Amino acid sequence: MATSTESAITNAARPGAEPLLTIRNIAKSFGRNAVLRDISLQVAEGEFLTILGESGSGKTTLLRIIAGFENADSGEIWMGGERLDPLPPYRRRVNTVFQHYALFPHLTVEDNVGYGLRVAKRPKQEIASRVEQALAMVKMTDYARSKPAKISGGQQQRIALARALVNRPRLLLLDEPLSALDANLRRQMQVELKSLQREVGISFVFVTHDQEEAMVMSDRIALLRMGELEQVASPREIYSRPATAYTAQFIGHTNLLHAEVKDGIARCHSLSWRTGFRDGPALFSLRPENIRLAGATAAHDVIRFRAKVRHQAFHGATELLQIECADGLLLSIRTASRENRQGDLDLEFSASDAVPVRESPERN
Amino acid sequence: MFSRAYRAAITLPPLLWVAAFLLIPYALLFCYSFWSVSPEQAIVHSWNLDNYRELFRVNVYLQTLFRSMWIAARVTIFALLLGYPLAYFLSFHAGKRKDLLYQLVIIPLWVSYLVRAYAWKTILGSDGVLNTLLQYVHLTKHPLEFLLYSPFAVVLTLTHIYTPFTFLPIYASLEHIPRNLVEASHDLGASPFQTFWRVIFPLSIPGVLAGATFAFVLSLGDFLAPLLLGGPSGIMISNIVVSLFGAAYNWPLGAAISLCMLVLVIGLLFLSENLEKKWSFR
Repeated sequence: MATSTESAITNAARPGAEPLLTIRNIAKSFGRNAVLRDISLQVAEGEFLTILGESGSGKTTLLRIIAGFENADSGEIWMGGERLDPLPPYRRRVNTVFQHYALFPHLTVEDNVGYGLRVAKRPKQEIASRVEQALAMVKMTDYARSKPAKISGGQQQRIALARALVNRPRLLLLDEPLSALDANLRRQMQVELKSLQREVGISFVFVTHDQEEAMVMSDRIALLRMGELEQVASPREIYSRPATAYTAQFIGHTNLLHAEVKDGIARCHSLSWRTGFRDGPALFSLRPENIRLAGATAAHDVIRFRAKVRHQAFHGATELLQIECADGLLLSIRTASRENRQGDLDLEFSASDAVPVRESPERN
Repeated sequence: MFSRAYRAAITLPPLLWVAAFLLIPYALLFCYSFWSVSPEQAIVHSWNLDNYRELFRVNVYLQTLFRSMWIAARVTIFALLLGYPLAYFLSFHAGKRKDLLYQLVIIPLWVSYLVRAYAWKTILGSDGVLNTLLQYVHLTKHPLEFLLYSPFAVVLTLTHIYTPFTFLPIYASLEHIPRNLVEASHDLGASPFQTFWRVIFPLSIPGVLAGATFAFVLSLGDFLAPLLLGGPSGIMISNIVVSLFGAAYNWPLGAAISLCMLVLVIGLLFLSENLEKKWSFR
């Protein structure tokens, strides 16, 4: 993993944008179990940052530390020039949308939304008009007088969002807010959430285990693995330039090629391609869609090979083929769908699409 | 699904049990309350309302009933004042000691009621622990007589005995509050104090109502504590019922008072159940 100075640079917010939140060297253990180790990360003003990771990666713990529900063992959190981590959660200008919404069951929808303003002792008229605006924003005006138990999961989700945003936080934290919704509603909410975020211009830190969700919504993705940041980059960059084998596999499908590099040429079984990588053993990621059916003429630095189709999985517009090269090397390729692929295929890929990745270290 | 014989076989025993030990005794109680006693102390099976008239005519019955309710009300308030903070502390702040402390609250329930009542007798008596201590440190010259054989002693003892009964439902209702609601409240800027009054307390009201009902109903019907520690001024309505069924041999009047108590208690249970429903949201 990167050293802390290096990671502080790579995890910096987008160039030109003011960092709103700065997380410095956060570590947290529960008993003997290290959940977060030396996390450094910045979130820019107005940025949609997703903390992506498998269950047990520490992503929720990191979010809870930002919100103030957990204390870090070491490290600091700063927001707009103010140190956040010594403050109790109710003194942080951060609001959270909880995984199971956590709406107050004894209060109506409008009283739930107005809760933050009421405890802040805002004038009654201001509360009424801001609650009304917030309900209109999430299209829930008609349900103002309902109790949370009487509305659906998707509607509860909107209320949880309105209840947080009505306080005009500088930062909104979202803890897998879409995981309880069914697939259709989830896709719809992803789009709504993203456009809402653009509209209000508040920084979002979104936690999810769903890489597709992270790709669709985020400005940047911070991939967390066993308590350490694996890579922090924009969805496009993290997909096309994965830094580690883990990243390449976790985000989308990939073929991992164990190659031997000598004099600028990487060799893996019968395949060989030009690389700038230093001599010695190396690991390359080659996305299935970057292996194409060979064209009539070979371009520069294109590697051609023949392989047999072993398995065909139909995915709608595209299909995933399991192919076997003459020397037994198994690869996945993604092509436009066509019925009954059989026999040998002539294939090619560009040397530049074979991206060198670091082996992800074993931890624990 | 199941044969009629099978269904009859499993519903009959409880039905018989309820009939033999609840329905028939209550029916008898009901009948007795409308009968009377002859001067020769024989039960006269002639239907009349004399017992109920007697109940409202002789002051001592109503007075004792009101005193009993007043004692029960005080016990309820003190049991809530002791039980709620204890339950709140255990549920929210006891951490790893939670289970141990919970057991410590429960263990006294395994000790016989009589032992606990007698314990207060040795503490409050004129030669008791408390009076000896007060004289030893020269706070008083003579033993304080009002400590024992007074409504005070009854309220104190009943509070001690019934506090666990208010603690338990309150604790259960606090344990049922999802902790993310507390976090959500803090997250929205509410201090711990605001969070308590706006979220935790309203959601624990069903437990408070159940606990209050336990404390009130149980102490209203108590007769041992007033018998052992109440003295003449601490007599409660159940003591009268006991003596009417015993030494006084006036079962019909005793039955009439019992029936009034029963109606009162059922009314209370009904009320508290409705209020609890109004305050539960899941």
